[in-house]
Order: sequence, then C-alpha cells, then structure tokens
Amino acid sequence: MTTETPSKPNRFTGAFIQSVEGLGKGLIDVVSSIGGVVALGLDVFRWSVRRPFRLHNLFTQLDFVGVGSIFIVGLTGTFTGMVFALQTSTAFALFDAESLVGPTVALTLTRELASVFAALMVTMRAGSAMCTELGTMRVTEQVDALETMAVNPVQYLLVPRVLAGLFMVPALTMLFNTTGMSGAYVVAVFGLGISPGTFLSRTQQWMAPADVYEGLLKGAIFGLSVALICCYKGFNASGGAKGVGQATTEAMVSSALAIFILDFIVGMLMH
Amino acid sequence: MSSATAPGSERAMIDIVDLHKTFAGNKVLTGINLTVPAGSTCVILGGSGSGKTVLMKHMIGLLKPDSGKVIIDGQDIVPMSVEALQQVRRSFGMVFQAAALFDSMTVFENVAFPLRQHTKLSEDEIREQVRKRLDLMGLKREVEGRFPADLSGGMRKRVGLARAVVLDPKVVLYDEPTTGLDPITTDSVDDMILTAQKELGVTSVVISHDIASAFNVANQIAFLSKGVIVEYGPPEKLRESQHPAVQVFLQTWFGKN
Repeated sequence: MTTETPSKPNRFTGAFIQSVEGLGKGLIDVVSSIGGVVALGLDVFRWSVRRPFRLHNLFTQLDFVGVGSIFIVGLTGTFTGMVFALQTSTAFALFDAESLVGPTVALTLTRELASVFAALMVTMRAGSAMCTELGTMRVTEQVDALETMAVNPVQYLLVPRVLAGLFMVPALTMLFNTTGMSGAYVVAVFGLGISPGTFLSRTQQWMAPADVYEGLLKGAIFGLSVALICCYKGFNASGGAKGVGQATTEAMVSSALAIFILDFIVGMLMH
Repeated sequence: MSSATAPGSERAMIDIVDLHKTFAGNKVLTGINLTVPAGSTCVILGGSGSGKTVLMKHMIGLLKPDSGKVIIDGQDIVPMSVEALQQVRRSFGMVFQAAALFDSMTVFENVAFPLRQHTKLSEDEIREQVRKRLDLMGLKREVEGRFPADLSGGMRKRVGLARAVVLDPKVVLYDEPTTGLDPITTDSVDDMILTAQKELGVTSVVISHDIASAFNVANQIAFLSKGVIVEYGPPEKLRESQHPAVQVFLQTWFGKN
C-alpha cells in the first residue's frame, strides 16, 4: 500500500517528462538538420565557383535529373491539367461561367501546382537515387577514397547534383505548365465543348508573365532545397545498408515537407 | 607517453608527435609518438578498437587531432587548410579495407581516375600509365573493362593498390589489407605490398591485426594498445617484447606455431 500510492504520480510524471524530452530531442534534430543543410548549401556554393569546373559531371546530372524526368513530368502535367479542367468545369457550370476554366487552370498551374508537382516528381525519381548513391558511396568508403586522392567530394559529387536540381526543376516546371495547359485545352475544347477562342482569350486576359515567373522561381527554390536535402542525407549516411535505407526515407519525407512549407512561405512573401 | 622511433632511422617521412584524440568522451589516442623512415614499411599492429584506423586517418588528414602534430615530409598537416591539405594528399595513396573502388567505373577508369583529376596527360599516356600499374600488380588486360563487383576480393585489393600508386606517391597507407582473405590471397597481397616498396620505393604504413602478414612485410612494427604505442621496432624486437599486451596478442599466433 505504502509503496503503490506514490508510484502513480511518479509514473505519470515520468511519462510526461519522457514525452517532453522526446519532443525536445525531435526539435533539436530538426534544427540541427536544417543547420546542416544550410551549411552544406554554403559549402556547395563555395566549391561551385572554384576550379576545376567538371562540366562532364554537371551535364551527366543535368541529363539524369532533367532529361530523365521529362516523360514522368510531362505525363503528370497532362493528367493534372485534364482532371483540373474537368473538375473546375463542373463547378463553373453551376453559375454558367465555363469560360473561366482556362484561366483558372492556367493560374493554378503556373503559380502553384506545376512547381510543386515537378519538384515532387524530381524528389521521387532523382532525389532518391542521389541519396542512395551518395549514401552507398559513404558507407563503402568511396567518399573517403575521393578525399585521399585529393579530390574534394563536395565539389566532385555534390556541386553537379545541386546545380542540376537548381536548373532543371524550373525547366521541368515550364514543361509541366505546357503539358498541363495542353491537357486542359483538350478536355475543355474537345470534351466539354468550350470554344478554342474563348479558352485561349480568357486565359490570355487573366494571366500575366509574372504568374509564370513566380512558378519558375518557386521551381528553382524547390529544386535547390530538394537536391541539398537529398545530398545532405546521403552524404551523412552511416551504418551500412540499413543506414542508407533510413537516410533515403528521411530524405524523401524531409524533401516533400520542405516543398510544401517553402511553397507557403514563398507564396506569402510574393503576395 | 611512449616514444617510437625506428632504430638507425634516416630521414623521417611521417613523424607523429604526442597525438591525442577523443570521440564523445572516449579517449581513442592518448599520446601517440611514431616516426616512420622514408622508404620503409611500418606495420601498426593492434587488436580491434585499439585506435589503428583513427591513427591512420590522422596521417592523411581525414581527422583532426585534439592536440599533437602530424608531420609529413617535414610539414605539419594539422593546422593546414583544406586546400593545402589537398596538395599534401597528392603525395599519398591509400588502399582501403574493402578497396573502396568506384563501383560505377570500370577497373581501367578507377585506376585512371587520379591521372584524369590531377594531370593533363593524353588518353594514350593515361592508358600506358594504367597498364604499367596493372601489370605491376599482376593483373591481366581482360580485367580492364570489368566492374569492381565482378572482381574477387584479392583482385579488388590489387586494383586498389594500382589506383593508389598511379600518381607515384611518396607514402602508401594500407587499411587492414588482408582482413577477410584466404591464406593464398593474403600471401599475394603481402607480395603486392613488398613489390610496391621495392619497385616504387614508397614508404608504406600498414594497419593490421594479422600477425603473420605483419612479420612478412614489416621493416618496423608498432604495437598499439589502449591508444598508445607500447612497442616499436623491427619484427624480432616485438617477438621478444615483455609487454603483457604484446605477449597476449602474439601468443594467439606464435603459441600455436
């Protein structure tokens, strides 16, 4: 009796302290990861402006990240535009405003969806490969081997990957805009019977080049962030195959979260 | 603090002075003093967790010590910037435990890699240099186009050494080169280390816990225990050592032979 009574509040206090500790540890992990990614970004910038410029490595990564993602981004863009046209037309039909389908799809794609979806596709396709490759190189001492051969691994491995993310995600965003609008045009004109002139003139009337630029800027920010996060996680992987798998999972989750959080922050700053 | 200088040594290629290193409160190196003469082969012997790999990583500047000096060919590399360190590393070659070959490149591309990064040689000259090193390591022409995953453990080590010596380094570091190999392959790796010393005149530092291999290749053996070098000298001297840690370690091999 005497021992049981005081143990109850102790257990409760213990659980409370444990959960606070867990929360604190999680917060510290998040903050130190953000710090690590930012520090890596500065390091990448420092090494990207120094000789030797390894153009072959850069073009290999531009091809892998950009050209290799054309099909998947184009396909996603087409279907996103098509389904968006279909759904908005149903809503606009309620108050006889189907002519606004074109501009609605265009503004949503250019300002928001194209950059977010293109970055998500690049994260899944190229970011995961970057993280796994770098992680495997780290745990099999290939990164150390580079250092011992007087080749800076940040300059040799990370600079081309991060630059590829920075340059190719905006390009893929533009591709997403184009295929998305083409898909929307097909559904609106051939499926819903909206006249081509109405679709195009209304889109032209409501859209400004600034809308496209906003999307491209977001694409560049997302591309840079995603590439940095995936490189950071892979480059700091440890603990063999399990560690590489864990690093890749963390890279995917962190990249997706970063895209949505940055989308909100950039959107808020621009409007 | 123990001091380890090779008896009758000439010019020192590597000179380590009172080196200390702690990881998260765990003292790994507690005052290492070691001098490796130019052109000799020094084996750092010790059990698992004795700090051998940590010591080797300090020699090539992959780790910074808490205190102490790492003098390579007359230059202390501890206070050096990344850029200056890169220059020093050009005079090093390193053979990793699992070879650490770039698995996206063929054998030829792996060995050619340092030449492509640090020289302006033509493709023909690179081919000539690569083949010379592969021949020296006893590797046939047909392995040139193979990927590391298609090679045996011993062949990978040979390619690793061919890559390590392709820029004619002054020092070659071997990280446990015989671990996990069968006795015949171990013998061939020992031959490879001796060949590199005789043919290329390099200073070699081998970290190992393979006593037989150490006695085969070493001019000097340094015995590392609990973060300090407790014995240093030619192999015969180690055999006569009265240090308890050395005796226990050697008994595992000599006791059975």
